[in-house]
Amino acid sequence: MACFIVSAAEAVVVSAVEKAEEKKESARVESGNEASEKVSIPFSRKLKWLRSLLSGGAVLLMFEHVWHGEVVPWFPFLTAMSDPADAAEMFHEMATVGVSMAVLVTFVWALMCKAADVVVKRAAQDDAKVNEA
Amino acid sequence: MTLLITVFAAIIFSVKWYNRQNDDMKLGSLCLMLWGASLMWLVDAIFEYAELKSEYFTPAAEDMLNDAFLGLSVVALALVIWLVRLLIADPKGTVRLALNKKDAA
Repeated sequence: MACFIVSAAEAVVVSAVEKAEEKKESARVESGNEASEKVSIPFSRKLKWLRSLLSGGAVLLMFEHVWHGEVVPWFPFLTAMSDPADAAEMFHEMATVGVSMAVLVTFVWALMCKAADVVVKRAAQDDAKVNEA
Repeated sequence: MTLLITVFAAIIFSVKWYNRQNDDMKLGSLCLMLWGASLMWLVDAIFEYAELKSEYFTPAAEDMLNDAFLGLSVVALALVIWLVRLLIADPKGTVRLALNKKDAA
């Protein structure tokens, strides 16, 4: 009914954190505190992946809800909001399906970040070995 | 059906992203969009399966057709969003070049 709203809300929060992290990272680079030897993916870039997963998924899911007539272009935009019983069902679905969606996407993103870090570290180690040889 | 079509599209574009020569086509954002939607529909499918049990795997032909149309429309929408973002970002400068040419003429 409106499960995509949970992911969309998380995407907004992630977007704000990403911007703050980008500022912090550029400030660190400008002040010279960033270790030049350190090989890793910036956290802001990882947050961008999460934002893309959440916002992209939410947009496509919203389209599905428009297709099924659950989202309309006029106020209150969600057809379930016009009836209290439907609204209660919608909030229940947001709390179960919507939260599960956001949790699964975030969990997969965490795995993705871990895998990406391993790949980058392995590549750096391989480069170091080649340079030593 | 919607889930299946989206997952296949995500796999195809992920393979394309892996075999890319450079990042000019910005396929990464398209892949993430499709994978995000696939994961969300997977959760939807799990909840639906918990409710319908084995009936979930024997949908009516009309529902399947509607879901297939929806899946294809979702992939088309994702491609349109990706294309618009690509044209706005214009990493190869093709749009800028075309517009400048028009101005000169």
